[in-house]
Amino acid sequence: MSKVSVLFRTTAVRLSALYLILFSLCAAILVFYVTGMSERLLQQQTREAIATEALQIEGVYDRAGISGLLRSLERRARQPGASLYVIAGPSGEILAGNVASLEPGLLDSEGWTTEPFHYRRFTDESRTDSHVALAQILVLDNGLRVLVGRDLQEPEKLRGLVRQALVVALGIMVLGALVIWFGIGRNALKRIDRMSEASTKIMAGDLSQRLPMSGSGDEFDRLSESLNAMLGRIEKLNEGLKQVSDNIAHDLKTPLTRLRNKAEAALAGSGNQNAALEEIIAESDQLIRTFNALLMISRVEAGSAVAEMSDVDLSGIVADCVELYEPVAEENALRLKADIEPGVMISGNRELIGQALGNLIDNAVKYAEKADNPLIQVEMKKSDRNVVLTVADHGPGVPEGMRSEVVKRFVRLDESRSKPGTGLGLSLVEAVMEMHHGTLELAATEPEGQGLTVRMVFPPAATWRTE
Amino acid sequence: MVTRMKILIVEDDLEAAAYLAKAFRETGIVSDHASDGESGLFMASENAYDVLVVDRMLPRRDGLSLISELRRRGVHTPALILSALGQVDDRVTGLRAGGDDYLPKPYAFSELLARVEVLGRRKGTPEQDMVYRVGDLELDRLSHSVRRQGKEIPLQPREFRLLEYLMKNAGQVVTRTMLLENVWDYHFDPQTNVIDVHVSRLRSKIEKDFDPPLLRTVRGAGYMIKDDRTPDT
Repeated sequence: MSKVSVLFRTTAVRLSALYLILFSLCAAILVFYVTGMSERLLQQQTREAIATEALQIEGVYDRAGISGLLRSLERRARQPGASLYVIAGPSGEILAGNVASLEPGLLDSEGWTTEPFHYRRFTDESRTDSHVALAQILVLDNGLRVLVGRDLQEPEKLRGLVRQALVVALGIMVLGALVIWFGIGRNALKRIDRMSEASTKIMAGDLSQRLPMSGSGDEFDRLSESLNAMLGRIEKLNEGLKQVSDNIAHDLKTPLTRLRNKAEAALAGSGNQNAALEEIIAESDQLIRTFNALLMISRVEAGSAVAEMSDVDLSGIVADCVELYEPVAEENALRLKADIEPGVMISGNRELIGQALGNLIDNAVKYAEKADNPLIQVEMKKSDRNVVLTVADHGPGVPEGMRSEVVKRFVRLDESRSKPGTGLGLSLVEAVMEMHHGTLELAATEPEGQGLTVRMVFPPAATWRTE
Repeated sequence: MVTRMKILIVEDDLEAAAYLAKAFRETGIVSDHASDGESGLFMASENAYDVLVVDRMLPRRDGLSLISELRRRGVHTPALILSALGQVDDRVTGLRAGGDDYLPKPYAFSELLARVEVLGRRKGTPEQDMVYRVGDLELDRLSHSVRRQGKEIPLQPREFRLLEYLMKNAGQVVTRTMLLENVWDYHFDPQTNVIDVHVSRLRSKIEKDFDPPLLRTVRGAGYMIKDDRTPDT
């Protein structure tokens, strides 16, 4: 494929070619119209001048007869830019005048010549020189014919000049268009080449590649930006998928092995059969739980639950959750204290927010069990910028370096491995927050810096719902 | 039992269906089996069942379309959908199609049994009854008051709803997830024993100063409120 044919495939070039054709058509019509108009106007003027002169000449003949007419014509012929004058006999032979020869038969009919005619002047050097003129022919009462005419060379020249100017102007425009056209087309082509180059790399499996952006914010940049955002999402989902399969390999095989071992031991008949079976069921329930949590996280991350979003009463959800967990906290000698701003509505999924908050309170109850300060605080505050939902405990907390780690799937602190749980609680909370366009923050509980504070930061409903 | 409950199991996994039929038979529930959606639809429209247990993915006609077609034909037999898809949105689509309950696979048989029994009894449950009675325990739904042996027992609103649900299904096993779904309207797994703690609080209020115990724990399944002195309903 040649460079030019590739160039012609770009939209910019095709569009400009179309514009060029349309424009040339309009311009050609304009040229013909303008020259035609000017021609008609000039002929009109010429005819008027001839008519006036013919009238004067007739008057002269009436007053002074043939000799007066001759004198008058002689005088007129001498003036600069003179008209054409011919006096001819009834059969058409030229008797006097400033014209050497005429087209034959021209003088036969009286009145206006029907169209411009050719004639020769005395001053013409060769026989081929000829001029074009328009004339009126008068027939005198003695049979003589008088021709009064005007040369059309000047108007013709003017018309030629106008046409030439227009053609030159058009030519410059076409040339300019071609140059710009080529420049734009090539530029567009280059950028598209770069984009397809990047896409090829991405298709080859390098999802970290991004489409190039020029920073000009034009349509190409906007396209690249959206495509890049899309790639980011795909990359994230892909990573999630990979992580899930890795996790399944690592963290599901272990309990499966345990399950198998227990079944084998039970089969061998060592110990209490019923107790072994119960253990096996408990173990598989835990596995199912882990599976469900994993699937839930990937579904939330994939955004399939977004369809089930509606305006929900966040205050109500928080109050319900606190009420649900309050007896458990009490059972564990903890105090669950809630400070909830009433009537806060956000767009979200009640089920998922409830589960996320449930996970946080559950964690707090689990880990702050033997804390010196048995207080778990659930707080929800709304400001102009966001809605913050906080769960703070005074348990052992999470060391600063591990805070971003514990959010990852299956990551648990060594100290907490003995506690029940899947290691997926915070991962789900993070996925839920992401789905709600919010963030999850982990910090030490102030003021003592002892314990864990988890903040779910929701954007204010009005700003992100318009996205 | 006066009348035996009769259910239809629509499930393409023959082994699972046989296991279910056997397990139901042991609890006194008679079951028929259809192994695809079309024959399930035919059997459900031709015979009177108390409950339909329908797998969501079936050959020849999927479970949801089976149920919505039945509903279109004016058959309103309560239907429970079994599905390997257990997420929030799947549950919603399942219930929208006309299902009455939704249970994600894998499930414990005790959970399925409890739900089937509640669905089967639903027809006869006097929803409009304003007062529920179990033994000497009385719950007035209109005035939101609970009395036992004529003595008023003050309850929190949630405790009232918990007791209301238990009494509405008196004599039947109610599982923890059923309580979470119907009393709190949440469908997730609360992980810890939150429901148990709520129930034991309620129990201490309605049983502390009274005899006999009414609210009992059914091991491996859930809870049941029942007065032993009254015969089985």
